[in-house]
Amino acid sequence: MPRNMRFTRPDPPVLLQDQWNNGIHGFDEGPCDDPRIHPARLTVAPATVKSKAPYPPAEERATVGTRMDLPVPSERLTHLRLLEAESIHVLREATAEFDRPVMLYSIGKDSAVMAHLARKAFFPGKLPFPLLHVDTTWKFRDMYAFRDRFAREHGIDLIVHRNEDGVRKGVNPFDYGSQVYTTIMKTEALLEALTIHGFDCAFGGARRDEERSRAKERIYSFRDAHHQWDPKNQRPELWNLYNGHVRPGESVRVFPLSNWTELDVWLYIWLEHIPVVPLYFAAERPVVERDGTLIMVDDDRFRLREGETPRLERVRFRTLGCYPLTGAVRSTATTVPQILREMLEGGESERQGRLIDFDTDGSMELKKREGYF
Amino acid sequence: MFARLHHDAPGPTPSRDIETFLRHYEGQELLRFVAVGSVDDGKSTLIGRLLHDTGSVYRDQIEAVRRASARRGVDAPLDYALFTDGLRAEREQGITIDVAYRYFFTARRKFIVADTPGHVQYTRNMVTGASTANVAVILIDARHGVLEQSRRHAAIASLLRTPHLVVCINKMDLVDFDPDVFGSIRTAFAEFARGLAFHDVTYIPVSALAGDNVIERSPRTPWYEGPTLLEFLETVPVLDHRNHRDFRFPIQTVIRPHLDYRGLAGTVASGAVRVGDEVVVLPSGRRTKVASIDTFDGALEMARTPQSITVRLADEIDASRGEMLVAPDRPPTVARTLDAHLVWMDDAPLEPGRAYLLKHTTATVRAKVTDVHGKTDLFSLGCVATDEVGPNDIVRVRIEAARPIFCDPYATNRATGAFILIDPVNHHTVAAGMVERAFPVDMAREAAPDGRTGATVLVRGPYDAAMDAAERGARHLRNAGLLAVAVVAPGSTSRALETPEGSAVEEIARAVREAGGVALVAIPDADACRVDADLVVDADRDADGRLRLRPGAPRSQDTPVVERVRAALRSATTFDPSRVPE
Ligand SMILES: Nc1nc2c(ncn2[C@@H]2O[C@H](COP(=O)(O)OP(=O)(O)O)[C@@H](O)[C@H]2O)c(=O)[nH]1
Repeated sequence: MPRNMRFTRPDPPVLLQDQWNNGIHGFDEGPCDDPRIHPARLTVAPATVKSKAPYPPAEERATVGTRMDLPVPSERLTHLRLLEAESIHVLREATAEFDRPVMLYSIGKDSAVMAHLARKAFFPGKLPFPLLHVDTTWKFRDMYAFRDRFAREHGIDLIVHRNEDGVRKGVNPFDYGSQVYTTIMKTEALLEALTIHGFDCAFGGARRDEERSRAKERIYSFRDAHHQWDPKNQRPELWNLYNGHVRPGESVRVFPLSNWTELDVWLYIWLEHIPVVPLYFAAERPVVERDGTLIMVDDDRFRLREGETPRLERVRFRTLGCYPLTGAVRSTATTVPQILREMLEGGESERQGRLIDFDTDGSMELKKREGYF
Repeated sequence: MFARLHHDAPGPTPSRDIETFLRHYEGQELLRFVAVGSVDDGKSTLIGRLLHDTGSVYRDQIEAVRRASARRGVDAPLDYALFTDGLRAEREQGITIDVAYRYFFTARRKFIVADTPGHVQYTRNMVTGASTANVAVILIDARHGVLEQSRRHAAIASLLRTPHLVVCINKMDLVDFDPDVFGSIRTAFAEFARGLAFHDVTYIPVSALAGDNVIERSPRTPWYEGPTLLEFLETVPVLDHRNHRDFRFPIQTVIRPHLDYRGLAGTVASGAVRVGDEVVVLPSGRRTKVASIDTFDGALEMARTPQSITVRLADEIDASRGEMLVAPDRPPTVARTLDAHLVWMDDAPLEPGRAYLLKHTTATVRAKVTDVHGKTDLFSLGCVATDEVGPNDIVRVRIEAARPIFCDPYATNRATGAFILIDPVNHHTVAAGMVERAFPVDMAREAAPDGRTGATVLVRGPYDAAMDAAERGARHLRNAGLLAVAVVAPGSTSRALETPEGSAVEEIARAVREAGGVALVAIPDADACRVDADLVVDADRDADGRLRLRPGAPRSQDTPVVERVRAALRSATTFDPSRVPE
């Protein structure tokens, strides 16, 4: 069995070493490299597929037409290896064809996976593009710490962009409401950054399984000179042949993780030891309960309402954004497998915790038209 | 979530033992299939049921669908079609008009469904969905039988060489699960399908609404012995839509972190390669050996399609994007003339004789449609004469490319037989193409000893601007359909590239030009350089940090290639973020 056909669990990278040591990721849960212990993680042998009524044997099949019969190898790539290879293909393809690519880095788990894939794609070279973090100034403190360390440890060219006008006016989620706040500090800030730097290709970590309206999103999502997304004006995507031609001013958002699901992302994080912000794992954190949602009080800018006192609860976050707008879930999961167990049994979609989505059905699509992902 | 299927399934369940469950899930294979049906055949219901019954929808989504279904009446049943609902505009019109991708998994496999609308005006969408699929699932309404639509869907799936076809005869509940209805539809369809190129065709009687034979065997079809839809999808071979025999490696990009490392990055399009294998670099035809196969996770002994790898060659060969490594004993055809099927995607009709951009693997070349042989009539599968080629038409054409591409017939190799056509002005993807036959070029004539297709461009200016201009200029030229290479001296002086015999820069530039490529040379002391340039370009930056390229004035001896280079570079002004004023 060639080693590339399966995941091996290499030693944990030096990166963010102390997180490993603290066991936050729970990666030290016994030996995993021995195929005898976990036979299913190897490539799939045809024999593992059994069915009451399998794909009918050849003589019973209505074989039609002529078709060249080519040999098919008995070892196969697992679905994660396949997704990985396709994402790397997309990353390389866009980087080769665009003048000014950039990777949008949100510090979340999807960004972590995307950046990890990019490191694989250009190994042993460095990332041939900068990472861009659109900073609303209201992210969790843990996220900023994680971001800065990540950039430092990998020598990554990190651009942090804020809407300075919004910062001066003191735009915040409390006085402006989540909609207006998000438009100014996130959407406008992103568009401003893309324009100032002249980026013609922005990699994003969005997945098609995140929300219904994303199911039709292309891997290369075309934006006009005003960064507008027009569902009627998207290019067909055939095979793995992407059309990266744009006119000056136009741009493309490229989503290398389009075909990954939330489960895939977590599984990959687990298998590849990809560090993620500790907020994804349960710990005692100061929270208040507001309209049925647990909000973490991450610093003293938080405006407590009458009668609200933060109390410590064991919580974690399924998605990360601006802390006053991100709901926590009560949890005891401190490892990736425990998170996945809660996710698989609980059955809530990950967008549950995002307060900005709590408006009308189809809101994501409106946001996309405006330029937000 | 996921509990339902996993309870009876052989695999472990998340609640019993999460780690074993994850190991099991990790090892699964991926099957891509395309589902197609005409409006109201029940495709959304069927896919919604697959998602719901395999436990792939979240509880809050189920709640939302339950609420929406209840709005239609107090005890309205769950409307499974709502699980696959898409864009707002379409929702208002109540129809699906674009390819949507859905994801689900069972204890046996992971699935990606390309959910495509079936109406004739959406042929292009079905082509898109089928291009990556290994199985096509076609829905037929049992009450209506085999309509023209169904035949068209099957013909498209066959044209795209989807190996396996499943015909779901749906709404069996409305025909009392009558075996004769099923049998006669099956017979009628099989008659037609005989002329198609499927490996196999499977017929399944289902009721998407009631769930019969979707996941579980229906007690209402005791006369049916075959698999349910899910059983079929879980057991059909997943890999046989790829060519595993003929090694093809289109170079995507060159990875050059330092002077001692030069890796050719790309995806193995077909076949496999081992360290030590002899390979041929196309178009130059030079032979060399694979010195190593590198990945982030360590060096490999062997790699096969569709892995993404980086290859280092035993000899110093200056291969770059758009070129291809192939097996010497089974090379592709090096061709400029092709007979191909086109599925026209754009609203503007095909203009024969006009230059389009043809993207094939990682190469982009200019190409013209010189002859329209005829339109494929999907009903009779024959070819009929046609004057105009418009959206959703499928035609057979003759194509002449400005430079050779390295291709195989689509029927034997999807990865190197497929291409797209791009409008060079508005950049729309105007057609999907499949090579039927490639005519080998006459290599002697292609060699172009007069440098007809090649050129040397000297880039002058402040050295960092010149280097940048050469790299970006090469990318622009490649996107415009030329074979272009940036020749950049890595040091602060061109001495870095001196060899005892003279300047290596000159030699590389000459070799690129002779091979029909455009060499963009950037060296620090350009004025003192002896490169014989067809065109001189001045590069600098303006006050805003924009990189400006100013090609020299036209001269009487300019070849058409030089003129094209000049035009392309004039529009290549680019922004340099490192110079953004604070
Ligand atoms: N009786 C019956 N009705 C069905 C069946 N499948 C779908 N339908 C109904 O047919 C209509 C069209 O179904 P839908 O899934 O929206 O079709 P689509 O346009 O192909 O996506 C809806 O009213 C469904 O409830 C079936 O197996 N039996």
